[in-house]
Amino acid sequence: MNCIIIDDEATARAIINQLCSSVTSINVLGEFPNAIQAIKYLNQNSVDLIFLDIHMPDFTGFDFIDTIKNPPKIILTTSDAKFAIQAFEYDCIVDYLVKPISQERFLKSIKKAESFLANKVEEKEEVNADDGDSLTDNHLYINIDRRLIKIDIPSIYLIEAKGDYIQVKTEDKNYTVHSTLKNIEEKLPADLFLKVHRSYIINIKKIIDIEDNSVLIKRDVIPVSRSNRPELMKRLNLL
Amino acid sequence: MEQPNLSYIKSMSGGDKAFEQKLIEIIKLEFPQEKDVYYYNVSQKKHKESAENVHKLKHKISILGLEKSYDIAVAYEENLIEGKTDLKNEFEAILQIMTLYLDQL
Repeated sequence: MNCIIIDDEATARAIINQLCSSVTSINVLGEFPNAIQAIKYLNQNSVDLIFLDIHMPDFTGFDFIDTIKNPPKIILTTSDAKFAIQAFEYDCIVDYLVKPISQERFLKSIKKAESFLANKVEEKEEVNADDGDSLTDNHLYINIDRRLIKIDIPSIYLIEAKGDYIQVKTEDKNYTVHSTLKNIEEKLPADLFLKVHRSYIINIKKIIDIEDNSVLIKRDVIPVSRSNRPELMKRLNLL
Repeated sequence: MEQPNLSYIKSMSGGDKAFEQKLIEIIKLEFPQEKDVYYYNVSQKKHKESAENVHKLKHKISILGLEKSYDIAVAYEENLIEGKTDLKNEFEAILQIMTLYLDQL
């Protein structure tokens, strides 16, 4: 488990770091004396677990949790037991350690965190298993900011390659996902979707009109490459 | 009055003497700073800030094994939050004992 420690007290950071060093499955990636520095770090890096002090000047532990999108699992560390009830309002909080933290209590907390993370992996695997069935249940899960979002496949009308990303356009919303056209093409029903250009996959049912080298889908005019045009024409119900 | 000890530090160090020494050095560095901020805020009658300082100092009180003193600090912190300074003398006596103890480590 990759973790970071956030505590404005150097003594507390040193103790938690020492306790972590006794557990081989934990890798401490960094220590931060305030939440702001930690947020900057988390904007660039991902971690599995955070040891977070509640009582910090300017920006409390709860402010920190409210600020970050999709927080990882968190173990609160505090000298005060009075915030325990508030802590239970957050799904990401797996445990609440009151300082001074004993080794025994720390190990118990780590076991809890590992169990939570294992459940998360299982849930993800279940979702991925669903992915395989997505052609029959007409859904696809896409990963955005470590959240798996369910998309109704028939609602997708266009997918556009944008460097290392693809933009998935649906009736309701557009999603930018770190993936390739090839990857998503394999997940989509071939009778509904067609790659008409090296940068575009379209939903054939959503075509409004076709000109020589382009199709109009919603308000998007999409180029059709010469090599893909015969397949497109074959798939249309032409008079 | 109860005296500070290194029982907690030894219990969680797993026998790592280098860590014990490192932690003591950190406490010796951090404690006077926290204490100074506390005394300043108390002198300015900034009760809310003083309560936060006491909150922070509580951890070091417990690290040095001062269980009864910890309870006094908890009660004093509550008093400060309510704008009262009851237990101020008792709390500051604890700080003095800790200072003397850390000085001889």
